[in-house]
Amino acid sequence: MASEAQGAETGGLEFHPMDQFNIESLFGGPIAWYTPTNAALWMGLAILAVIGLMVLTTTKRSVVPSRGQSVAELAYGFVYKMVEDVSGKDGVVYFPYIMTLFMFIVCANFLGLIPMSFTTTSHFAVTVVLAMAVFLTVTVLGFVKNGTKFLGLFWVSSAPLALRPILAIIEVISYFVRPVSHSIRLAGNVMAGHAVIKVFAGFAAIAVVSPIAIAGIVAMYALEILVSFIQAYVFTILTCVYLKDALHPSH
Amino acid sequence: MATDTHSAAEASGPGMPQLDFSTWGNQIFWLVITLVVIYLILSRVALPRIASVLAERQGTITNDIAAAEDLKAKAQDAEAAYDKALIDARAEAGRIVAETKAGIQADLDKAIATADTKIAAKAAEGEKVIAEIRTGALDNVKVVAKDTAKEIVAAMGGKADAKSITAAVTARMKG
Repeated sequence: MASEAQGAETGGLEFHPMDQFNIESLFGGPIAWYTPTNAALWMGLAILAVIGLMVLTTTKRSVVPSRGQSVAELAYGFVYKMVEDVSGKDGVVYFPYIMTLFMFIVCANFLGLIPMSFTTTSHFAVTVVLAMAVFLTVTVLGFVKNGTKFLGLFWVSSAPLALRPILAIIEVISYFVRPVSHSIRLAGNVMAGHAVIKVFAGFAAIAVVSPIAIAGIVAMYALEILVSFIQAYVFTILTCVYLKDALHPSH
Repeated sequence: MATDTHSAAEASGPGMPQLDFSTWGNQIFWLVITLVVIYLILSRVALPRIASVLAERQGTITNDIAAAEDLKAKAQDAEAAYDKALIDARAEAGRIVAETKAGIQADLDKAIATADTKIAAKAAEGEKVIAEIRTGALDNVKVVAKDTAKEIVAAMGGKADAKSITAAVTARMKG
């Protein structure tokens, strides 16, 4: 928000919608791989959020849950049911991994909505690692569980024989595009929303349009709250779908 | 984060900070740490705990439902027993009433019989007394008639012997 203030002071319109995504060292100096940065800080806060949401609320283990415990149980049931419904009964083994992904993404997304905060999930570095982790795990798992039968995923046996090689090429391409779409969908949505909010904020420096700009910020913020959850949900359910393909590769 | 945005923006160029690959190693390093920590927290502490709470709740609910069904069955048993007891009691009451009625009837009959015999005895006695009185009265009438006849005969100047008067009175009274 300080950049807008500076823009107002200089009198002109200055948009820096992407500045909020800058990675900065917390204590100054160059950024090496181990440097604590704002990204590291907000990831740490995501850990604290997960602890606060899932651990601290359930310390009483009450049979009749408190509000916090209800939220934790709701999150647990939500993801557990998703894994069970989409991936099948044998996918439940991987529930903790999927829960980890979901909790990290949902906490990071919502923490990113706090003004002045940094949104870790808006960076491709983060989402690509998440998506590649899912992609590689699922591929390895598919081969380990099914051997060469896993390749049946690309051979559409219900299609006419002549079409099958063409479909196989398409299937292979779509399979390798998965991690790309998986990662860019999340980061792109989060980044775009935050950038649009920033652009509206830049317009708020002009007195005439500032009411509209602020209304726009409010509307975008509401949309972003929705997006934060939906993108976490989409990422998780796609992970479940990919896991299902690995466990049951037949079409 | 926004205090020195200008310098940082200039440093990373006009493009997206997301495509500044110099920061990728740093982010990936911290991300991996974050994910491992979250995974450990969830899989060691949070998820087993929530699972146990949910299982416990499910168990409690199942137990409660079973207990409720148990109690319901017991209540139905109790109701059946109550109904049976009621029917038994009713039958018993009816039996007692009939018995008592019969007893009273017997007593009554007996009492009536006794009273009848007593009444009969009294009546017989009374009749006897009446008969006695009647015969007594007849005798008296005879005596009075004899005396009166004797007196009347004497008064009319006749001399009447007792024997003929008696015979005359007796003959009159028979007629």
